[in-house]
Amino acid sequence: MREIGKEELNDIAVGAAVLGTGGGGDPYIGKLMAIQAVEEYGPITLLDPDELNDDDLILPGAMMGAPTVLVEKVPSGDEVFNAFESLENYLGEEVKATMPIEAGGVNSMIPFALAARMGIPVVDADGMGRAFPELQMVTFTIYGASATPMALADEKGNNLILNTIDNKWTEDLARGATVTMGGSVMIANYPLSGEKVKEAGIKNIVTFAEEIGRAIRTAKNKKTDPVKALKEVTGGFPLFEGKVVDIKRKTKGGFARGEAEIEGINSYNGQTLTLNFQNEHLVAKVDEEVIASVPDLITVHDKETGQPITTEGMKYGNRVLVMGIPCTDKWRCEKGLELVGPKYFGYDIEYTPIEELASKKGSE
Amino acid sequence: MSYRLGIDVGGTNTDAVIIDNELNVISKAKHPTTTDVSTGIYNVINKVLNGCDLCNTDIEYAMLGTTHCANAIVERKNLNNIAIVRIGKPATQAVKPLIDWPEELKNAIGGYSFLVSGGHEYDGEEIAELDEEEIRNIAKEIKGKVSSIAITSVFSPVNDEFEERAKEILNEELEDVSFSLSNEIGSIGLVERENATILNAAVVNAAEEAVRAFKKALKSHGIEAKKYFGQNDGTLMSVDYALQYPILTIASGPTNSIRGAASLAGLEEGIVVDVGGTTTDIGALQKGFPRESAISVEIGGVKTNFRMPDLITLGLGGGSIVNNQENGIKIGPESVGYRITEESLIFGGETLTATDISVAKKISEIGDPSNVKDLENDLVERAHEKIVSMVEEGIDRMKTSPQALPTALVGGGSVLLPQELKGVSEVYKPNNFEVANAIGVAIAQVSGEIEKIFNIDEIPRDKALDKAKDMAREEAIEAGADPDTIEIVNVEDVPLAYLPGNATRISVKAAGQLRH
Repeated sequence: MREIGKEELNDIAVGAAVLGTGGGGDPYIGKLMAIQAVEEYGPITLLDPDELNDDDLILPGAMMGAPTVLVEKVPSGDEVFNAFESLENYLGEEVKATMPIEAGGVNSMIPFALAARMGIPVVDADGMGRAFPELQMVTFTIYGASATPMALADEKGNNLILNTIDNKWTEDLARGATVTMGGSVMIANYPLSGEKVKEAGIKNIVTFAEEIGRAIRTAKNKKTDPVKALKEVTGGFPLFEGKVVDIKRKTKGGFARGEAEIEGINSYNGQTLTLNFQNEHLVAKVDEEVIASVPDLITVHDKETGQPITTEGMKYGNRVLVMGIPCTDKWRCEKGLELVGPKYFGYDIEYTPIEELASKKGSE
Repeated sequence: MSYRLGIDVGGTNTDAVIIDNELNVISKAKHPTTTDVSTGIYNVINKVLNGCDLCNTDIEYAMLGTTHCANAIVERKNLNNIAIVRIGKPATQAVKPLIDWPEELKNAIGGYSFLVSGGHEYDGEEIAELDEEEIRNIAKEIKGKVSSIAITSVFSPVNDEFEERAKEILNEELEDVSFSLSNEIGSIGLVERENATILNAAVVNAAEEAVRAFKKALKSHGIEAKKYFGQNDGTLMSVDYALQYPILTIASGPTNSIRGAASLAGLEEGIVVDVGGTTTDIGALQKGFPRESAISVEIGGVKTNFRMPDLITLGLGGGSIVNNQENGIKIGPESVGYRITEESLIFGGETLTATDISVAKKISEIGDPSNVKDLENDLVERAHEKIVSMVEEGIDRMKTSPQALPTALVGGGSVLLPQELKGVSEVYKPNNFEVANAIGVAIAQVSGEIEKIFNIDEIPRDKALDKAKDMAREEAIEAGADPDTIEIVNVEDVPLAYLPGNATRISVKAAGQLRH
């Protein structure tokens, strides 16, 4: 158990942008929400999952919808509070703590804004270990947890509770409702027992994000190499360095799909890296050979500062570093890959863990 | 042969150059910036014309670069007292205006901030009606108390109706106020756009002053040149445009001096340190142009969504006031500015400035050195060390590796700095270093920029891009660019989520040399 204040939120936000793997929404707006809430209601307690009792009720909070809508139609602050209250009433049980569903992107921050306002702790765990575009893409699904009952609430005061037969249905129904409600809503879903969080959650992911954020900040302050710092703190692999030469984007079914081409520089001179994304980076190829794919994390950084660059923020001429970071082992099973492997996203690729791809490349 | 007059108004000095078609410097001059900027510009034109055998009718183009707006923000001085009107309730209350702003800057623009009902959804539909009564009540509260108003409505880049209506109502109730509407200044991203709009509103005073001064001075000399302002990206914009969007001039000073320094020192890569009278700007050169910031840029500690050069601004200049305090020497950010010739010790004044230190240290010879010979040696050493370490730290922060880089020192205040600096492979103090800003603005290109929403389902992306490029090229030609020299300098296309037809916002910028 420890206290989270403004400084910690700043580091977590940077780390969350890295774990967002290009998507997940810029944590900035969420961070401002959390900071305003901390200023109004005081600091937040972060709980280690092992501190939970097995029968505690944990209710994750998040935003759902288009991050571009969120950054423009900033929430009122009442939405997530309303979603929580209505679900708490529906369940007839007191919520012990909240937690992020997704530690990557803006959703890393929403639980903190909520926790400050409600006076409850945040659990240091999530269900992705990164960011993913769809609601059922959580490790909780592998362990049989249901996304519903789930509450959605908008800034106008509307809220609704969903009960569905499976998590894919929840995704489809909730996605439709989100568009109708204005493109960005706040949700409370996956009501979990303390026992389930310990079993199915990705532990200490908030602390991991904080460490990444701190490493980038320290590298900047001390003028040390951000690439080295990132490698050390994440246990990841530098995949490519280059210049963005083309980006094609298309919005389809509510998701921003696209492809970026990066021309190699330094030791990657003469090679071209292609990044495929749907909000998040999904597949990285060098001259048609896959060098990383989901569920492993493909992260893109400003080559000079190590700061993460989102797929939306990527521009022609950006000098970037591309990294591959191993995902949690929980995804590396048949059920996990069915949910979030390359095939789910429409790529006819067999998933190979980044460690194997990297060592194969190294031995060539 | 036609000639260009480039003028740069800094906080301390107003510099001018005349260059010819081939960009050779024909004449240069420097004059202290005067309280009424106009006199300073008038005088410097006088000097620069006297320095060559050209006459007023030879000048075909006049370009003004000014750090007025930037200085106003850094010093938190001469800012408009503004009112912030955000149209967005019930949404947006979770992040109130100014939440991420430094305290002193918040205080300098006054405390009027309003959150009213209204705003649109992503598709242009209303979230809530605009409450006109609320707007009228705001007018009553701020009447006579503010001179500039920043209006930001949720999704105004998609639907600007509420911002326009709010302006109309406030305009009926109030006199002599300027309006900055967020839809004309930034794009999607409420907080950053609102910040940029607030800053734009706050620097209207400073911009008006600069424009008046420029026009008046040219007129007094009978110069009927085409007038341009230097803008953030190193290209030129018309005077009318500059008055409405003064925020776009905010980095023109440093941009121009980086461009000027690159050209003078013959550097393509490295660091540029531009020391003025009030501030020092440190930038990095990439292929002769300022390195652009990859992340959203902070201006005066405020996050905005501008395309800006990557810069560090220090509150250090030739006129910076030196304070010997118990806890060490403090230099700036207060500066005597243009009053340096009256207030600094070497000119017989009473205030110890950074320039006095450099004269006492015998790095530079300005004014009357005997006025500083009695300064305590220890004080001079410590102050000098402080000045050098401030700059060295700044250079270090701009670098991306510990490797030493060539560094060009320009600007009148660069006399404060020694010939050797830590972390620098070679220090360049090029000829004409003191007028690098004016050279930078005089050699600037003209640009044309378009931003349009294309329906990619109807026009394929390639065709849309080509069309946008043609349009930008046309704009640049219209603005005065030589068609043969035009290059597309920026292309951006971003699909707008949830709009039918795969709508994509394409923006293109083209730039070329001035046509003769």
